[in-house]
Amino acid sequence: MIAPPAVSIRNLRIALPKGAERPFAVDGVSLDLEPGKIVCVVGESGSGKSMCAHALMGLLPGTVSVASGEIQFEGRDLLKLDDDGWRDLRGRRLAMIFQEPMTALNPLMRIGDQMAEMFEAHGLLTPRERRDKALALAREVGLPDPERIVRAYPHQLSGGQRQRAMIAMALALEPAVLVADEPTTALDVTTQAQILKLIRNLQRDRNMAVMFITHDFGVVADIADQVVVLRHGKVVEEGPATAVFNEPQHDYTKALLAAVPSMDPPPRKPLDDQPKAVEVIGLDKTYVTSGGWFREDRRVDAARAVNFNILKGETLGLVGESGSGKSSVARLVMRLIEADRGTVRIGETDLTSLSGKALRAERHRIQMIFQDPFASLNPRRKIGHIIADGPIAVGTDPKVAFDRARDLLKMVGLDAGALERYPHEFSGGQRQRIGIARALALEPEIIVADEAVSALDVSVQAQVLKLLEDLKARLGLSMLFITHDLRVAAQICDRIAVMQRGAIVELKPTTQLFAAPEHAYTRELLAAVPGRKEHAPAA
Amino acid sequence: MKQFWKSMLKSPSGVIGLVILLVAVSVAAFGPMLFPNSPWRMVQRPFLPPFTLSTVPLGTDALGRDIFAGMIFGARVSLLVGLVSTLVALIVGVPIGAMAGYFGGKVDDALMRFTEFFQTIPSFALAIVLVAILQPSIYSIVASIAVVSWPPVARLVRGEVLSLRTREYVQAAVVTGQSNSWIILREILPNALSPVIVLASLMVATAILLESSLSFLGLGDPNLISWGYMVGAGRTVIRQAWWITVFPGIAILISVLGLNLIGEGLNDALNPRLSREGR
Repeated sequence: MIAPPAVSIRNLRIALPKGAERPFAVDGVSLDLEPGKIVCVVGESGSGKSMCAHALMGLLPGTVSVASGEIQFEGRDLLKLDDDGWRDLRGRRLAMIFQEPMTALNPLMRIGDQMAEMFEAHGLLTPRERRDKALALAREVGLPDPERIVRAYPHQLSGGQRQRAMIAMALALEPAVLVADEPTTALDVTTQAQILKLIRNLQRDRNMAVMFITHDFGVVADIADQVVVLRHGKVVEEGPATAVFNEPQHDYTKALLAAVPSMDPPPRKPLDDQPKAVEVIGLDKTYVTSGGWFREDRRVDAARAVNFNILKGETLGLVGESGSGKSSVARLVMRLIEADRGTVRIGETDLTSLSGKALRAERHRIQMIFQDPFASLNPRRKIGHIIADGPIAVGTDPKVAFDRARDLLKMVGLDAGALERYPHEFSGGQRQRIGIARALALEPEIIVADEAVSALDVSVQAQVLKLLEDLKARLGLSMLFITHDLRVAAQICDRIAVMQRGAIVELKPTTQLFAAPEHAYTRELLAAVPGRKEHAPAA
Repeated sequence: MKQFWKSMLKSPSGVIGLVILLVAVSVAAFGPMLFPNSPWRMVQRPFLPPFTLSTVPLGTDALGRDIFAGMIFGARVSLLVGLVSTLVALIVGVPIGAMAGYFGGKVDDALMRFTEFFQTIPSFALAIVLVAILQPSIYSIVASIAVVSWPPVARLVRGEVLSLRTREYVQAAVVTGQSNSWIILREILPNALSPVIVLASLMVATAILLESSLSFLGLGDPNLISWGYMVGAGRTVIRQAWWITVFPGIAILISVLGLNLIGEGLNDALNPRLSREGR
């Protein structure tokens, strides 16, 4: 016998304010959440997946409104609920986990008190019982040393521990439905794997219905029972996870699946005979945060004796989790921050020994592509200026520089009309292309790409990666490619250096690293990549 | 820019403030041409109540001088002092704040200690002392108001620059080999300007109040009539002739209110995410 669905969303339409890019954020979505099943709602940014989750929790922002449809839960239509009705249901029957656990937790309240607050809000139990319950919950979600951790503040916990605390709060009142809005996106891969497992286990034990919002097909492959693919607010495909992965029906689903980079590195020809483009020798950097009068200074090693070189035409990957120091190394190489010790050599020039004017004159040889396409372009300058400013600074005639900017835009796949426009008129992928054009404008020998595709949707990511690969081959560039995503690294890097706590623990050609990882940490990282098991997409 | 005017005109406080400022500015600019009577000339008997004679609609003061003429000429001084001293304060404060925020370290320490030196002295007391030492004149008044009002500008700009300088587009400018001054002027300051504009509109209001207070204490420019001076002159006879103090007082109140409303409107237009709408 099939159990009746816990929640059934019927023909939901959510209207966006006038002047938005489309009339409905969510347009005629119907889906069922069944007890004991995880439904993954997948889509790229702007597909309306988060709107669905927020509608289910009654958390829609004031600027949008529900145009039609219904959400049935325990015999009631949630969309007709008043504030009191919502307050009663939220937390008790419906719970939510958010993307960023740091901002979802109150920084001034102890973890245990925040958990106990769940009971307090619904007038359950005595203060003493609430405290005991909080402790039991902390234990259940696998927080280490529960007695101590319920007395800790959110900032004293790691990202994964915070997310566990969030999950404990969501589960406190044994809700029938759990909504998880990108709960692992802000976490490192190894932590992500643990959290996914935790959600999976808890959901099975308690027979909860879970709505899991994500953009990551790897995560979907690991966790989903049912998959719903959203595009522009419409459901393009839905079905059991295995069916969607193995026999996708809709072209869009097929394209999305094909865009997920494979874990099998393609063969690359060796470059051993090429000269060294960059040489990094013994780079050290320690951040010291003053602890004040009574506490010791806090020291974080961002780089410990980092050595590597990049051959001409080679892409070296730098992978590691957040806080491993990979971005610091990029900035040390760029001389955006000063190293404590060590040398960075570009060709024959020792970059670390230069300063002032001499340094500025050499900077054009090594250029950077930044992570966040929304923060890396000055919102008040036109694209033409953004690209041409660099060449003009080194003395190129402005007219020549603008002509070149036009050519570069064409090279990265944008039309020349973009020159006169401002950054906010472009999408994330287009902005990243502009960032690439800016880096190329100075005709560098080396490109440092710091998480250059991490903020992009998977289909756009594939295009930008291809563009980078093409340009690199055409212009004979060397590249330092920094990423936390091993799939991306597998596709683009000739060699990969794995970083942990500021030190390179393993540096090998990509194929060897994936085939025979030596260091324990490398193995751990590889095992944690989502979507490796079961119905992983055929590569 | 179009977007800016649109959201500025949408906020009611901004529109009211703009209208008030427009009226005040046109009175200051064209009023003396239409009413060429000198505000210092005695035109009628002293203590003439308002609304009795159409030639002196707001009555006369203790010496028989026309209060209406005084208010029109006073608008010039008040607005001029407000605008010019704010401008001077910006010219001093913005570069100091920008340099402190951008270069950090020792430069920051030195500049901020210097700023704090001014901040620790009560601003009105310092203004009085400066005007008294320099002899009251329009120049010394503008200078002393500017001296006491630049520190908050420097603080604000420093804070903005501190947060902007770590943005990726600023780093991008560094790696393309731009010079420091170019980065500050082209990349950072344009993006730090909106809160400064809002602060500036409020500073004009404060400067007008400061000027009035100085004139009230008899430290105004003796050759120029101002609202504060009129209030001060009429203070001893407030029980017999209320109109001598009340009308200039209302003028001060309305122009300061108008500037504050503009500040609020600017804030809504320039920092749309902070405005109360859309919450």
